[in-house]
Amino acid sequence: MTFFTRTLAGVGLAATLLTGTATLTLAQTPDNMLVIANRIDDITSLDPAESFEFAGSDVSRNIYQKLVNFDPGDLDAGYQPEVAESWEVSEDGRTITFTIRDGLTFHSGNPVRAEDVEFSLRRVVELNLTPAFILTQFGFTADNVEETIVADGNTVTIVTDKPYATSFVLNCLTATIGGIVDKELVLANEQDGDLGNNWLKTNSAGSGAYKLVSWTPNESVTLESNPDYYLGSPSMERVIVRHVQESASQRLLLERGDIDMARNLNPEDIAGAREAEGVKIHDELRGRLMYVALNQKHPELSKPEVRQAIKYLIDYEGMEGSFLDGQYTIHQNFLPQTFLGAVDENPFSLNVERAKELLAEAGVESMELEVGVREAQERIEIAQTLQNTFAQAGITLNITVGTAKQILGRYRARELDVYLGAWGPDYPDPHTNAGTFAYNPDNSDEANATGLLAWRNAWDTGGLTEKVEAAVVENDREMRQQMYADIQAEFRETSPFAIMFQKIEQAAMRDNVENVNLGGATTAVSYWVIEK
Amino acid sequence: MTATPDAPRRRRAPLAPWFTGALRTLGSIAATMLGLLFVTFLIGRVMPIDPVLAIVGERASQETYDQVYRQLGLDQPMIVQFAYYIWDVVRGEFGMSLLNARPVAEDIARVFPATLELATIGVLIGIVFGIPLGVISAVRQGSWIDQIARVVALVGYSMPIFWLGLIGLLIFYGILGWVGGPGRLDIFYQGIVPDRTGMILIDSAIAGNWDVFRNAFSHIVLPASLLGYYSLAYISRMTRSFMLEQLSAEYVTTARVKGMSEWSVIWGHAFRNIRVQLITVIALSYANLLEGSVLTEIIFAWPGIGSYITTALLSADMNAVLGGTVVVGLIFICLNIFSDLLYRVFDPRSK
Repeated sequence: MTFFTRTLAGVGLAATLLTGTATLTLAQTPDNMLVIANRIDDITSLDPAESFEFAGSDVSRNIYQKLVNFDPGDLDAGYQPEVAESWEVSEDGRTITFTIRDGLTFHSGNPVRAEDVEFSLRRVVELNLTPAFILTQFGFTADNVEETIVADGNTVTIVTDKPYATSFVLNCLTATIGGIVDKELVLANEQDGDLGNNWLKTNSAGSGAYKLVSWTPNESVTLESNPDYYLGSPSMERVIVRHVQESASQRLLLERGDIDMARNLNPEDIAGAREAEGVKIHDELRGRLMYVALNQKHPELSKPEVRQAIKYLIDYEGMEGSFLDGQYTIHQNFLPQTFLGAVDENPFSLNVERAKELLAEAGVESMELEVGVREAQERIEIAQTLQNTFAQAGITLNITVGTAKQILGRYRARELDVYLGAWGPDYPDPHTNAGTFAYNPDNSDEANATGLLAWRNAWDTGGLTEKVEAAVVENDREMRQQMYADIQAEFRETSPFAIMFQKIEQAAMRDNVENVNLGGATTAVSYWVIEK
Repeated sequence: MTATPDAPRRRRAPLAPWFTGALRTLGSIAATMLGLLFVTFLIGRVMPIDPVLAIVGERASQETYDQVYRQLGLDQPMIVQFAYYIWDVVRGEFGMSLLNARPVAEDIARVFPATLELATIGVLIGIVFGIPLGVISAVRQGSWIDQIARVVALVGYSMPIFWLGLIGLLIFYGILGWVGGPGRLDIFYQGIVPDRTGMILIDSAIAGNWDVFRNAFSHIVLPASLLGYYSLAYISRMTRSFMLEQLSAEYVTTARVKGMSEWSVIWGHAFRNIRVQLITVIALSYANLLEGSVLTEIIFAWPGIGSYITTALLSADMNAVLGGTVVVGLIFICLNIFSDLLYRVFDPRSK
């Protein structure tokens, strides 16, 4: 054998060894197991007192029960009894007394008692972590919880500082923060007086349809069904959510049958998956809004005609029909569709002539503006479209793309002319967005109310602040709904916000997966109703 | 970076040469590490990413923001922050991940074996195929096999890895179904074998669970081949040029004139002389793969250090980014020292 053939033979042998796997038959996912590909790198903690992200809320909704909760079969019905069997509101509207349902048990086997509810809610207030404001906005503080959140027998009483609309209080209790934890189990795992926070980040102590098996950051979340769940043992015994970053990879996994559902496909992959055999697409409206905001410190942008003109300079339909295809729908109001008080009037469309007239009325012939956009493909594309349509009316729009630190920092400091961004509700009550978009009690720089979008845009709401305050304490549900409709009607015309789109989530799944409910605009996914 | 053979002579303290050598090596490791720490620290501070915002979220009040800002020590002078940082690293701590509130060191220990497994197989493929290919194309310079080898190396050098990865997935996983898809294991095999080394192939072999082994193998074969291809391209190119140099040397002609077989001329003489250079090339290639070929890990949903650092970077988790960078830096330094040591063992002149 010459050197050449010997070497070649060696290489060939190695090649055979390395690639010698026989064709693999890839199994389908088992019938009692639900496997989902999702981006879960936003999860930072699974403690309901701390968790405040999309993927974390998904996990939490399935692990923890709340006093009141949404029924996945009928989200529009609003909050329903869960751990609380019933509740009563006092004459003055400040005290709500919940009667705790009998016979519920935690995953540990401990019964769910009024004491656990008291502990869970007090714990949120005492820990005071990021989402705690959802509860503390009712006047609960670490100093007063011993008097304001009290268990007695099988009842729990909460006393708010003002007579808020009951629907407002109860809606807030359906947020992740309202999850009821197992007092004994949590306290047994307390470290240095942290009320079990460190332990609960990666463990569960709930009574919901599922219990947590494991969460490995950026890798996977595994849940196991709770056979003693009060509505019956869920059909899917195991739910595994695997972190897959790439849309193309998710689609491949789905088409091969290695997963049951892919939650982050881009429009191209959705279109491709639609053609694939055995795959279907589920569309669901979510709560995220895409908007443009105009800084009222800018002398021209603060003119009412200019604000109006800009609303006529946006090609809503063009964008919806092209690059946002199927993933956003036109929506021009600050309450997402399906929220209490939501309206569907979308009066604006691209009308350059009308915009020019309005600009002329305001005495603006041409101007140059800077728009701040965070690096995300769809946002940059929207900004480019705006640049194009604004130019038709003589407005030069310069796009600045940057990271959250660069762009949000300037937005929060009221320095940007125009901001293009997204906003999602914090909790399932209209006050969350009303309080953000249309409420600004102190417009001074010193107020530094960076959490309020109205403040960030230096907008004195012209009376809407008071209307928002009135709506949040209105106890008649229909009346309250009407008040939000009125606020939004005024907001559409006068505000410096052009709300453009509402998010549609497109989840692609194997066609044997039934009863999927991702939670709409108000809540998170419900695995316990899913069947295959 | 490391000691040169001719250490400066001292008159009085006749320390053993190995001792001064070791001392120098340690000193240079320390200096390199300090430099690395300084640079990563600096990068962390000037990056347009706000760790505070990452923790408190977009809608937090200014008070919460300020509180976390102080908690992270960001209000301290830069030099003080750096001192704290060094002190932590010296104690083997990279702080807590800002996002999942776990020790970064623990996270890295968890993700690193995944990268180690992938990179090791990758570099082995590179060695097994790259060296013979390089030698052949040098020996048959200008022949069809040399042309092919050069095209292979060129493609390996210029083709974007994410593109090749996706195409590979599409063909071998999506269409043909020969290999496993993204991830290290099919989901039903997860958590079956006990976690000993963190490297699934080894763990499943220890446990004697060949189903899991086969499944893990079917998942690693594609990303490892991809990385192997890149390291093959590099190794074969370098081998070729080293060999060409040797083959044109006089001793080769002499050996041939003496009537030695072609095999022993090439492998016994010429190849022997390039071993030392090859070690450096391989070490470098290995270090590159260990650094976590970021895109490969992302496309194949491979939970290794590359995707760990990327995710951390995107979510402004600076402790995790810095910790990961330091570990990668350490690997580079260690592999450099290792190749240096092998150099001494193999290079006859150092004896």
